[in-house]
Amino acid sequence: MTLAIPRFWREIQSRYNLIGTKCGSCGKVDFPPRAVCPVCGRKSIGKMQRFQLGGKGSVVTYTVIHDAPAQFEMQKPYVMAIIEMDEGVRLTSQLIDVKPEDVRIGMKVQASFRKLGQEGDAGVIHYGYKFRPAG
Amino acid sequence: MKSGIVSYGGYIPRYRIRPKDIGVVWGADGEAMGRGLNIRAKSVPGPDEDVITISVEAARACMAKVDLDPTDIGAIYVGSESHPYAVKPTATVVAEAIGSAPVLTAADFEFACKAGTAAIQTTMGLTLSKMMKYGLAIGADTSQGAPGDALEYSASAGGAALLIGVDHVAAEIAHTVSFTTDTPDFWRREGQRYPSHGGRFTGEPAYFKHVLNCAQLLFKRAGTTAEEYDYAVFHQPNGKFPVRAAKQLGFKEGQIDAGLCVREIGNTYSGAIMVGLCAILDEADPGDRIFAVGYGSGAGSDAFDLTVTEEIRKIRRDATPSIKEMMADSVFLDYATYAKYRGKILMREA
Repeated sequence: MTLAIPRFWREIQSRYNLIGTKCGSCGKVDFPPRAVCPVCGRKSIGKMQRFQLGGKGSVVTYTVIHDAPAQFEMQKPYVMAIIEMDEGVRLTSQLIDVKPEDVRIGMKVQASFRKLGQEGDAGVIHYGYKFRPAG
Repeated sequence: MKSGIVSYGGYIPRYRIRPKDIGVVWGADGEAMGRGLNIRAKSVPGPDEDVITISVEAARACMAKVDLDPTDIGAIYVGSESHPYAVKPTATVVAEAIGSAPVLTAADFEFACKAGTAAIQTTMGLTLSKMMKYGLAIGADTSQGAPGDALEYSASAGGAALLIGVDHVAAEIAHTVSFTTDTPDFWRREGQRYPSHGGRFTGEPAYFKHVLNCAQLLFKRAGTTAEEYDYAVFHQPNGKFPVRAAKQLGFKEGQIDAGLCVREIGNTYSGAIMVGLCAILDEADPGDRIFAVGYGSGAGSDAFDLTVTEEIRKIRRDATPSIKEMMADSVFLDYATYAKYRGKILMREA
């Protein structure tokens, strides 16, 4: 449990505000953030800039979870999707506020702020992005 | 120089349950209960929603309407009686999630249903004294009534955030006044899961005494009468109390209708009057006057005299769904699903 605290704490900016990086050399956007651009390598060192994604994207593919881990029993069946953000980068997230049968590939979605999990009843609660159909 | 509301935003979870679906489980006439309380449905938070997520969504809706630098917010106060942590602030999560951290002060407030209006008054003082440019006052709750208790028919979830400052003020607060006594009408002891209340004692000596006295004090201070206001909004623990209080103060139905959200979403506690105020700001025009009186058990009332300014036209009110749209966007649950979502079912440890 104690190991999870610094791990999640380090990721707060990405999980709350979709903060990634943009390479100052080639312009490639990465999420989660990278210290070095995978395209430019050493040329990008010292040029990686903080970059906030706009929170809008579309569903590339998805799966419906029926056999959920204990923490997600309350939410099953639920949808996990790979989302392509408008900035071109892809990420994996839960889709909320939509029935599994209504999810479509290409569906426009937007980020919202939800509880991701908790370290038991006495532990830290983790928050971050999930995606819902764009209004 | 006057302080006031610079921007506003609300959030109401999508899930709803009807009083009749609660009553059927407890062998009570839920429909009659709903009629008595003047509540058609109450909002229910999803299993991944709590006061922190509601506060963040409301704060983001508030900031999405204006082009202001979030680092100009010098204080964030979140009023609630259902903060997810007993120790660790909700306000720090909000500060990080809207990009206001780290140079600001933050704290959680508690005063039953009026902690949010207390946060408005605090941020008014901080901005009027020029200690900071803006302060964010939030009221949010995911309150629970004990299963089968009368409160279970009304205790719901929702919240609102008001950005308070002296520049770009869209609704000027010309006067505010409070009325506070030690009245044990409703409480929750440390470690207790559900609140307790004094039944009928929550009416006359509690809600009505504080709301009516505070309202009269505000009339006196502002030198106004009920007919001078376009809108009036009150704390709304049910759909009956605020209507009766409004009538006694001389307000007509047309003045209270826009802010009376309790009929569709139940009692959002610390969020109640602030969500009602947001619903009014969604449709108000420059020059409109708003009379607002909150109430928190324990007990106290905070009253505000507001006047909408030309700045309301500069706020992007359509940047986020209106309160009316959020009230209409609903998914109804049966009692079993509601009990599951609200953690009323004993599960094995995750």
